[in-house]
Amino acid sequence: MAKRIDVNDLNVYYSKFLAVEGVSINIEPKSVTAFIGPSGCGKSTFLRTLNRMHEVIPGGRVEGQVLLDGDDLYGAGVDPVTVRSQIGMVFQRPNPFPTMSIKDNVLAGVKLNGQRISKSDADALVEKSLRGANLWNEVKDRLDKPGSGLSGGQQQRLCIARTIAVKPDVILMDEPCSALDPISTLAIEDLINELKNDYTVVIVTHNMQQAARVSDKTAFFNIAGTGKPGKLIEYNDTAAIFSNPEQKATEDYVSGRFG
Amino acid sequence: MTTNALTSKSSTSGRAGDKIFSGAALGAGVLILITLFAVAVFLLIQALPTFFADPAEISGGAGFFAYIWPIVIGTVIAAAIALLIATPIGIGVALFISHFAPRKVAGPLGYLIDLLAAIPSVIYGAWGYMVLAPALVPGYEWLAKNLGFIPIFEGPASQTGKTMLTAGIVLAVMVLPIITSLSREIFLQTPKLHEEAALALGATRWEMITTAVIPFARPGIISAVMLGLGRALGETMAVALVLSTGNLIPSLIKTGNQTIAAEIALNFPEAFGLRLAELIAAGLVLFLITLVVNMIARGIIARHKEFSGAN
Repeated sequence: MAKRIDVNDLNVYYSKFLAVEGVSINIEPKSVTAFIGPSGCGKSTFLRTLNRMHEVIPGGRVEGQVLLDGDDLYGAGVDPVTVRSQIGMVFQRPNPFPTMSIKDNVLAGVKLNGQRISKSDADALVEKSLRGANLWNEVKDRLDKPGSGLSGGQQQRLCIARTIAVKPDVILMDEPCSALDPISTLAIEDLINELKNDYTVVIVTHNMQQAARVSDKTAFFNIAGTGKPGKLIEYNDTAAIFSNPEQKATEDYVSGRFG
Repeated sequence: MTTNALTSKSSTSGRAGDKIFSGAALGAGVLILITLFAVAVFLLIQALPTFFADPAEISGGAGFFAYIWPIVIGTVIAAAIALLIATPIGIGVALFISHFAPRKVAGPLGYLIDLLAAIPSVIYGAWGYMVLAPALVPGYEWLAKNLGFIPIFEGPASQTGKTMLTAGIVLAVMVLPIITSLSREIFLQTPKLHEEAALALGATRWEMITTAVIPFARPGIISAVMLGLGRALGETMAVALVLSTGNLIPSLIKTGNQTIAAEIALNFPEAFGLRLAELIAAGLVLFLITLVVNMIARGIIARHKEFSGAN
């Protein structure tokens, strides 16, 4: 559990378009790393390459290495399905399966690959995962109701519960709070702080206060202009990025003097 | 005197579109109900003599029920064969087009399937009668020889191949494009978000389809199958051409059986008086079968409403 990620000189392409260029970054286990930067700078694209979800988009491909505790995600014979079961992802908009109950949503990933699970194990896992996502007390009386009936913030925590139910090593979050109100956002941020004890968490956020609140290290991405590839500008301890950045562009962005 | 500032002065101009639209929508809805009602009333009135006639005067000489039930069963069997064959194939082809085929193949293939729906049924009938039926004869003989102990494959097999099974297969080809086209549209509408959710959990493509796509599309698939069933139940020409009719028998590979629609089509031109009322009564029964099946399907969809994703 909680593995480290090392990225060596990664280029991401959509067909011929170079979306992200030359990213090298080392992400420590059991830490929270935030990716910040303006829209379109490639931070979400880069995040997706960490569990090969960019391949879902037609033409998406990478050059370079992404190592999970030394194992290359893009090595020959590596199945993206295996990668994704070890590196989970939470999306911008809450996306519980609408046709499933809360309980089935939590178990959705566990039941994949033809795995069978006894009823008592399933119940225990559902409770553990929902507790892990700080959702248990709110839904324990309606586990058989549809997940789509929950509030946005609850749905997002349900998605997190679904992700941790498959016991990943790393959890990627792509702007998990951007569709949520401040109270729900706080609940998710508290949860991220707890998840850090067991998982490596990488979060993309547009909200700099959020990055400052939840992350140990922060990476700032930027683009030189439209049509140019996104680049990693600066990567450092969050405190350093926000109080004493090395790059001018970083300072402009975090102090709100951007553009 | 105070006037309410919120009362609009130009309330008529902008609202005209609204009024026309709501009027047109209401009109269309009412028109459908009236049409359906008129059809039902017509069938009832025209069929009425059948129910009061002396049982001996009805075809077969044993009353309307004895006349109608074998062809009701025949209709249901033909439609069931068609759906049993067409549903899995249709869903499979739709999934292939929507989720597996490269885009270059998917487009033309979808177009081709849609074209199948545009072929007139008499052509399917002719094809079934001249090409398919003779081609199936060896298969039927094999079935009669090896699986003849099962009543539905009891021999001796028809030497022309003009049997219930052939009719069912022709119907399957005819309803296939309906099921495929509608299912494909629904599959394409599956939110990307849910597909990605499944993939991010470590689902294979097939698992993504079973966890995200199929459950989402379920009501749509049921509707597609119901529309296909409608065509299979009501198809006259193809069945009339392909099936050499006879009494109700369990074997699907012998000459025999009849469907309501084909019975009406074959006998209508020469029917008058009580015989005509009989055929219309048969039509009424077909109407009721369709109604009941559709209500069951609606019921199945409604039962899962809570989980449809529409909330």
